[in-house]
Amino acid sequence: MSHYYESHDLGKFGEMANGSPELWQKFLAWYSAVFAEGALSEREKALIALAVAHAVQCPYCIDAYTTACLEKGSNEEQMTEAVHVAAAIRGGASLVHGVQMRNHLHKLSM
Amino acid sequence: MAEPTLNKLRVPLADPKVQLRQLHALAIERSFEAQVAGAGHPELRADGIQVLQINVGKRCNQVCHHCHVDAGPDRREVMSAETVDHCLRVLAQTDIPTLDITGGAPELHPEFRRMVREARALGRQVMDRCNLTILLLPNYSDLPEFLAENQVEVIASLPYYLPKQTDAQRGEGVFDGSIEALRRLNDLGYGVPGSGLKLDLVTNPVGAFLPAKQSQLEAEWRRELARRHGVTFNSLYTITNMPISRFLEFLLRSGNLETYMQKLVQAFNPAAVNGLMCRTTLSVGWDGTLYDCDFNQMLELTVDHGGPRHIRDFQIAPLARRQIVTAPHCFGCTAGAGSSCGGALAD
Ligand code: SF4
Ligand code: SF4
Repeated sequence: MSHYYESHDLGKFGEMANGSPELWQKFLAWYSAVFAEGALSEREKALIALAVAHAVQCPYCIDAYTTACLEKGSNEEQMTEAVHVAAAIRGGASLVHGVQMRNHLHKLSM
Repeated sequence: MAEPTLNKLRVPLADPKVQLRQLHALAIERSFEAQVAGAGHPELRADGIQVLQINVGKRCNQVCHHCHVDAGPDRREVMSAETVDHCLRVLAQTDIPTLDITGGAPELHPEFRRMVREARALGRQVMDRCNLTILLLPNYSDLPEFLAENQVEVIASLPYYLPKQTDAQRGEGVFDGSIEALRRLNDLGYGVPGSGLKLDLVTNPVGAFLPAKQSQLEAEWRRELARRHGVTFNSLYTITNMPISRFLEFLLRSGNLETYMQKLVQAFNPAAVNGLMCRTTLSVGWDGTLYDCDFNQMLELTVDHGGPRHIRDFQIAPLARRQIVTAPHCFGCTAGAGSSCGGALAD
């Protein structure tokens, strides 16, 4: 059975240019500018990308930014901490909605 | 007990021909030769000989998992005294400025000290590619002093400034031994500003990925090695793992070969071609055979363009302008910032 996500499909990302070459070019130019050394280092940006990849749960991005983090000089401990940051924000984001629950609870309750 | 080498295990991949077959079987869109031609070198040629790199044998006290030599304690290949003489004669008869001694662990060779002394007496720069732990073996404990007295440049392997990654690549306990050896070298002035004794470190990635930017890693390592271990050094060189020998075996076993090779090919950097080390290095094997570099040596790709093929028949003119023998593994030297025994080529 074939899977929805195949790791080698990442290599086909460039085929997204076929439907709209101009939009693809604009995306590429913007994307590479985003990841270039700036106020944040390339290494920091790769770690942020790794964390976000986990938050949005994109398997392609997780593979790509695991490699990118290693190639920017990050180690396993640093990468694991980045994933915990993503997990903590996701967990915290759920929990903080408890305030919403409590607001509504109080409104409804006698 | 040290792990056995591929050679000792008698696995098919120990044979360079099998390794080359693996590499040639990979789908590569544009060959290395075509890429190099596109970068302005229709033929990749040597441009003089600045470095005579002598691989004195495959014996080593370690069995690192990425080793392109498949070196280890069970290897028996050792350069004969006669071949050492040929090498020293070549140095004396030419003005090749640098002798680069490698292995295995080159210091295990019984003629190591003679080579160093005679090359130094000829006024040549001598580099020792040192695995550090060799300096702690009982019979070699006076080596640091010997190296310092002869002003040998020490190029030491240390993949990471933390134990976990270092030991994963080089073996249990290697990190602690390496730090102890580095401290001994520092105590003699190695890697200390103003001493004139050069200590450079070499890092290979601990896995199937490219090295990070050399200048950035060097700054980080300087800070971390000083802070954590009180160790100083001169330069840090990043070296890409070549898809040959034990690293090739790892790539195959871990299912990484295709993606790794694809990465090397896609990261081809034309700016790295000019400085490829084969263009200024002549590599000598333990049996005196000549190669364009230590990687070609391990693949048994002998120099093959008109020049002599053995150190005893050395002639500078044809060798200094020889055409380089290339194969798909060469993409390891041109990926990203490029890679050589002296580190990145276009950082
Ligand atoms: S990488 Fe160097 S130290 Fe490690 S086994 Fe090979 S020759 Fe020996
Ligand atoms: S592997 Fe050797 S011959 Fe090939 S590019 Fe690198 S240095 Fe040159």
